[in-house]
Amino acid sequence: MSFSLTKHKMPEQDPQVRAKNFNEVTLGYSAEDALNEAKRCLNCKHAPCRQGCPVQVNIPAFIKQIKEGDAGAAIATIKEVNSLPAVCGRVCPQEEQCEKYCVLAKKGEAVGIGRLERYAADRAGNNVQAIRPVAYPDKGQKVAVIGSGPAGLTAAGDLAKLGYKVTVFEALHAPGGVLVYGIPEFRLPKDAVVKAEIDNLRKIGVEIIVNAVAGKTFTIDELMEEEGYQAVFIATGAGLPYFMGIPGENLNGVYAANEFLTRCNLMKAYKFPACGTPIHVGKRVAVVGGGNVAMDAARTALRLGADHAYIVYRRSEAELPARQEEVHHAKEEGIEFQLLTNPVAILGNEQGWVRALQCVRMELGEPDASGRRRPVEVKGSEFELEVDTAVIAIGQGPNPLVQSTTKGLETNKKGNIIADPETGATSKAGVFAGGDIVTGAATVILAMGAGKKAAAAIDQYLTAKRTGQTE
Amino acid sequence: MYKILVKKELAPSVQLFELSAPRIARKAQPGQFVIVRLNEEGERVPLTIADFDRAKGTVTIIFQEVGASTKAMGLLNEGDALLDVVGPLGKPTHIENFGTVVCIGGGIGIAPVYPIARGLKQAGNKVISIIGARSKDILILEDEMKAVSDQLLVTTDDGSKGQQGFVTDQLKQLIDAGVNIALVVAIGPVIMMRSVAEVTRPYAIETVVSLNPIMVDGTGMCGGCRVQVGAESKFACVDGPEFDAHQVDFAGLMARQKMYLPQEKHHQQHCSDQQGGSCKCHSH
Ligand SMILES: Cc1cc2nc3c(=O)[nH]c(=O)nc-3n(C[C@H](O)[C@H](O)[C@H](O)COP(=O)(O)OP(=O)(O)OC[C@H]3O[C@@H](n4cnc5c(N)ncnc54)[C@H](O)[C@@H]3O)c2cc1C
Ligand SMILES: Cc1cc2nc3c(=O)[nH]c(=O)nc-3n(C[C@H](O)[C@H](O)[C@H](O)COP(=O)(O)OP(=O)(O)OC[C@H]3O[C@@H](n4cnc5c(N)ncnc54)[C@H](O)[C@@H]3O)c2cc1C
Ligand code: SF4
Ligand code: SF4
Ligand code: FES
Ligand SMILES: [Mg+2]
Repeated sequence: MSFSLTKHKMPEQDPQVRAKNFNEVTLGYSAEDALNEAKRCLNCKHAPCRQGCPVQVNIPAFIKQIKEGDAGAAIATIKEVNSLPAVCGRVCPQEEQCEKYCVLAKKGEAVGIGRLERYAADRAGNNVQAIRPVAYPDKGQKVAVIGSGPAGLTAAGDLAKLGYKVTVFEALHAPGGVLVYGIPEFRLPKDAVVKAEIDNLRKIGVEIIVNAVAGKTFTIDELMEEEGYQAVFIATGAGLPYFMGIPGENLNGVYAANEFLTRCNLMKAYKFPACGTPIHVGKRVAVVGGGNVAMDAARTALRLGADHAYIVYRRSEAELPARQEEVHHAKEEGIEFQLLTNPVAILGNEQGWVRALQCVRMELGEPDASGRRRPVEVKGSEFELEVDTAVIAIGQGPNPLVQSTTKGLETNKKGNIIADPETGATSKAGVFAGGDIVTGAATVILAMGAGKKAAAAIDQYLTAKRTGQTE
Repeated sequence: MYKILVKKELAPSVQLFELSAPRIARKAQPGQFVIVRLNEEGERVPLTIADFDRAKGTVTIIFQEVGASTKAMGLLNEGDALLDVVGPLGKPTHIENFGTVVCIGGGIGIAPVYPIARGLKQAGNKVISIIGARSKDILILEDEMKAVSDQLLVTTDDGSKGQQGFVTDQLKQLIDAGVNIALVVAIGPVIMMRSVAEVTRPYAIETVVSLNPIMVDGTGMCGGCRVQVGAESKFACVDGPEFDAHQVDFAGLMARQKMYLPQEKHHQQHCSDQQGGSCKCHSH
């Protein structure tokens, strides 16, 4: 076996073909690929890769198990700390996390940790009877989890296994959070991956109530005072879309990325009219922003039939916050990048429809507080980018529904819930919070990590309560 | 699943469902709405809570069959169920004893006005209601409105019932007669709400309208329901649906309501092409 400085490639759909369908872009390693990639791992004693992983998956151990052909054992290792490996293997920004710290990255390409994690999860899912119903101990205490994104699902799973009666309340009609309504099918298959994980949770006794909006259908105080929940974990995410505040944002054809992606992912507008929710795309679509959300919206627009899908981003390529792999895939599929470009107005026609984005070119000036060079306008560079649809993907903030209806729950200036980073404890006794509602829009693995820590802290809190009562 | 306990046809193509939804009934207040989904393929359809019974655990919705989703819903019967009902959404109507209030409902808008009029009456107001429709066969909830109003005025466009003309004619007459109106609540077609706003504006009579932009989630997540109110862009599902009529950009609202007209027509065509006129894509 020759040692390779490059990662084994993961088979992918041809860019031309996949730009027109919603099937998963990457196809996953074969057993042979996985074995060969696993062999690249040096099984380092100090395993620097683990430091890069927010939940410190035991990377050398699970890769060794793959090398030994035991995907089931590998997945068990990963699941000790990461309850959604099939998701993380696909969507973690590995180049910023585990793989960034891999020793091989110094000389060549890091071990494909994410790809191997995905391989283990997909293999184990196919071959092993996923989860046996286990009789977990019943501690007789009820915990409510608000929101069913990665933070909420992780906490729910851990708490159920610890013996608590867990109910997840979800505002939408389907659980999964951003995994279901935001991240597109072509990056994260809903039925095979997300639904399977949620079904597993149900199997271990987690109750999931959909169509339940905290702050509207019920309040946190009611759950605790009237319905007997002794602890609550708030994991409502960063669901409030930001707009730019420029003229023309209420024109027809202007979407927040949340709406554009929700119509397509959650509501399956790509199957319209067989599915009842429509979507408007047109031939030329501009997406404003440079993160994962923007890449997802632009690639979705292509798949919905746009001839041109632009990314309009005010900094340069080096600053694009999206995962490298997504940028690479987007380019392959034909997304057109208008970098160092800032929209200053959205222009409409007489019928109230967007017809163009008025933009100005930017150049990079002095570094700002974040150390990134600040974009400044190039005088006289205004131009119109003709479009029939504009998608605003400049970020999301915290939805205030829960905070504004819960007594004694403190928030920061931006409206995020203030919680202890190690325990998720908030200013209100018995109420914990984690994930994007605390940190602002972040990543799946960080949200999961927060769910894990909160579950442990809730267990401690309820144990104290329980033993205090019986003593 | 949310079972349909009672179905009534109030007028041609106007259906009333009383739904079993105890959690929602417990919290529902006048001015709020639910979002329903017929089945797995269904879109999310916002509908005002036209009535609720906390003891029975029911909420009532009244809808007009205007397009694919509402027509498919109209085919359901007592004993059938809606897959999803979520709510109560939106802010409740601000109810207190204002004095004399005028509650105006136009067409299907009478349904949402009814619980508001009742709430205002219970709070001690003198309630004058004006309800209107194109003609008498499609005028709904007349008896119910009479029961919660001190005075009920009826208008029809064709004069088949009550005074011929528009609800705004009646409103002008009240103002001209010197009635001291503390508040006007008007719900109906956007054109009607805009006309009411124009009638009360010169007199600076506080006027509240309930807006119905196109919605998806109803929780402030998608931003699709945004409307311009004064200098600000508001999300109708969480900041509303009720707003100060004198601040609302009605033209913008009307334009946004038409965003999917071509697709909606296409969908209806698709449905009527199915055998027997019953829509395949909504069968369960
Ligand atoms: C389009 C898109 C692409 C992304 N791509 C990536 C990626 O490639 N890699 C990555 O690591 N991260 C990515 N992210 C970020 C990642 O998805 C989030 O950081 C993560 O999902 C946060 O998890 P969470 O559990 O905190 O919240 P969410 O996933 O947002 O879930 C919150 C849930 O709470 C529900 N909820 C909200 N309010 C209430 C209420 N009042 N009552 C009941 N329920 C409520 C919501 O409906 C939702 O289901 C992406 C995000 C988006 C939007
Ligand atoms: C807060 C609120 C309360 C409402 N209350 C009632 C009510 O009590 N009774 C009633 O009959 N109608 C009510 N509506 C309007 C109702 O939601 C629409 O008539 C319905 O969605 C039409 O769906 P369709 O598929 O049958 O028709 P379509 O042919 O798809 O649409 C017909 C028209 O309805 C509007 N519409 C379409 N989709 C939506 C949507 N997702 N959200 C809002 N409007 C939409 C558009 O203007 C469209 O042109 C309310 C709307 C809102 C926002
Ligand atoms: S969870 Fe994410 S960061 Fe951690 S090892 Fe897996 S892919 Fe890497
Ligand atoms: S640093 Fe790289 S080579 Fe070393 S154990 Fe981690 S993945 Fe393997
Ligand atoms: S309907 Fe989505 S924000 Fe109001
Ligand atoms: Mg429709």
